Amino acid sequence: MQTALFAQQVVETLGGGPTPDTVLARQMQALSLAVHIPIVCFGIAFPAMFLFVEGLHLRTGNPAYKALAKRWSKVALILFAVGVVTGTILSFEFGLLWPEFMATWGEVFGIAFGLEGISFFVEAIFIAIYVYGWDRLSPRAHFLTGVPIVVSGFAGSFNVIAVNGWMNNPEGFDVVDGKVTNPQPWDALINTNMWHELIHMYLAGYLVCGFIVAGVYAYAWLRGKRDLYHRTALVVTLAFASLAAPVQVVVGDWAGRTVAENQPVKLAAFEGLQQTQAGAPFTIAGIVEIPKMLSILAFHDPNATVQGLDSVPPDDRPPVTIVRVAFQTMVGIGTGLALLGTVFFVTWLRRRRLPRSRWFYRAVMAAGPLAFVALISGWIVTEVGRQPWIVYGYMRTEQAVTSVDYLEIAYAVLVAVYIGLGAAVYWLLRRLTRKPEVT
Amino acid sequence: MLDDICLGFVLLGITAYAVFGSADFGAGFWDLTAGGARRGARLRGMVQRSMSPVWEANHVWLIFVLVILWTAFPVVYGSIFSTLSIPLFLAAIGIIFRGAAFALRGHAATINEARVLGAVFALSSVLIPFFLGAVIGGVASGRVPVGNAAGDLITSWLNPTSALIGVVGVLSGAYLAAVYLAGDSERAELPDLVRAFRARALGMGVATGAVALAGLFVLRSDARDLYDGLTSGGGLAMVLVSGAAGLGTLALVYRERYGLARVTAAGAVAAIIVGWVIAQSPYVLPGELTLEQAAASDATLSAVVIGVAAGMVILVPSLWWLYRLVLQGRLDQEYEPLDQRFHT
Repeated sequence: MQTALFAQQVVETLGGGPTPDTVLARQMQALSLAVHIPIVCFGIAFPAMFLFVEGLHLRTGNPAYKALAKRWSKVALILFAVGVVTGTILSFEFGLLWPEFMATWGEVFGIAFGLEGISFFVEAIFIAIYVYGWDRLSPRAHFLTGVPIVVSGFAGSFNVIAVNGWMNNPEGFDVVDGKVTNPQPWDALINTNMWHELIHMYLAGYLVCGFIVAGVYAYAWLRGKRDLYHRTALVVTLAFASLAAPVQVVVGDWAGRTVAENQPVKLAAFEGLQQTQAGAPFTIAGIVEIPKMLSILAFHDPNATVQGLDSVPPDDRPPVTIVRVAFQTMVGIGTGLALLGTVFFVTWLRRRRLPRSRWFYRAVMAAGPLAFVALISGWIVTEVGRQPWIVYGYMRTEQAVTSVDYLEIAYAVLVAVYIGLGAAVYWLLRRLTRKPEVT
Repeated sequence: MLDDICLGFVLLGITAYAVFGSADFGAGFWDLTAGGARRGARLRGMVQRSMSPVWEANHVWLIFVLVILWTAFPVVYGSIFSTLSIPLFLAAIGIIFRGAAFALRGHAATINEARVLGAVFALSSVLIPFFLGAVIGGVASGRVPVGNAAGDLITSWLNPTSALIGVVGVLSGAYLAAVYLAGDSERAELPDLVRAFRARALGMGVATGAVALAGLFVLRSDARDLYDGLTSGGGLAMVLVSGAAGLGTLALVYRERYGLARVTAAGAVAAIIVGWVIAQSPYVLPGELTLEQAAASDATLSAVVIGVAAGMVILVPSLWWLYRLVLQGRLDQEYEPLDQRFHT
């Protein structure tokens, strides 16, 4: 296991450079990802939801369903536009911040982004046809134009996650004298790490989108807006999110076990486990220690040996506190969301109605922002946990960074731009949460 | 062979972006110069209506170029993005402003909101093609060496060739946009807008041609190799094709045949891009890296070819359908001048 970790550190294809500012570059990249990923959640999950509601309209002919699907699709188009631009920033930043990474490894993992570009294209084409095609295409044809949006949303996630999975568990190349050779792009694309990451992220998309949108209508519900339009909005989003929430717990377990196998040092950081030990305990919120729990979680065996941080030199360990806090946050919120989803489902299935307690709706309003926090925490776990490597075991993050100075200026500009963008989007979307007057 | 095909993909992407994407920037140019909120309202309404269904798909060509570049020619991508980081960063910021402001303007509730968002959209629409043109100028004039920010961070894009290509990028986008918008206005049966865009197309066509011609002298003193490539052999042929297509477009616009003018205008832009690539061949980074040296391993190149070919099977019919729906007017929203929405 250890040999994989130290496999072979490679040399930079562009020949390196002086005074790289790795921390600033990482923060800029993290900021841009934290802006883009929540929007991606809407790209993943929202189309399935408005298509479902449009399907209800096709079956019943009730105009309230159509009004809702139409409204959601317009919101989705705005968010798609924001996703287009924030995603473009990412593709620029790969080169602006990490030219050595791209130059050295582009030929290994790049094909995934090539396919992602195609998916993104299909998504852009069909979301435009869908949104501008309301009342202009036949109802059936219109519904069908929504299907490629859902499929390409999944395909896009597949490809991007493939790259992230690969960075965490690199394969599909050889290293000869420190040089990356013999790239096998298809092997790199379908890597062993991507499946759990993909499903984990895809479900997260439904959780974040579902609970955030549900929160908007839970607020309306508390203020007495309970007609078919609002009720449908609430039930559909809650149903999608509540289906995903408990499954996410199972997938999270799968993800943890894969990390234990492929990146034992990262797993040690989840728990802050200093020494390699058998029957390792798990601590909740830094207080309650459950004996042998980490061994159970990581290997489904109470006596399994879990590798500690001390198995590698200090230079090869990730920032433990950040990873650990993020991990506990994610797990804590994820558990809460699973419980909330279960409350909804049990009530719905047994009583055929929504819960009556006002606290349920308050909890749903909180669930959206919390799901967002869990999403970002999850990415912190996997990405900060990958440090100090950009390509796990092969290239250190500081080897990958640009030699360009003055990143702090670019960083400041970027922060200001994102704040402005966030404010503008919030300002305009707020208006679209109200029920449309004409359908 | 595989490297030629992959270069062809990059070329296809740049051309498509220059034909479709830069027309969206050009539409922003006309939005910017349309005058006060009241006077420019009709023109802006047309810009909003024409761009809405297509700008996102048009934008994806840029992403397409980047992903092919970093997969098939990773060293080129790393070298360009480190040395030319300043104009690329500025273009990226512009892209955020442009896209977000345009999308949000469609949902503005007051004339003041629409004005602010419109100004942001229009101004960034002029800056993005300038900076992207400056990047091409830096590459074409041989100012990007292989390495991690190995070139000069300032003069690599603040130089005569970059300025020239940046300005031509802005002008040619405005020219294309005026031609397309005249056609869209004709379809919408708005004769006053047809006249307005026709006049702009004719004026901008002449201006673009004049700057491009004068630019040859700039290239002659600043980027001699590029100049020689463009004035001999295949490069010269493409320059002449581009010029002829440009003149043809002017004649077609003058005779109000906008459908065909779309094609020739796009042809003029495509020809000059092909001419540029011929002029600097076999180099990808002039004086530094030939196509053969720049290309990734065959396994990667063939993966790119397979991936893109498979993608095109889905993409081409999808794009064709989108543009057909647009050109048939089936995705058209009801036309309204941009200030009319707020009088309710």
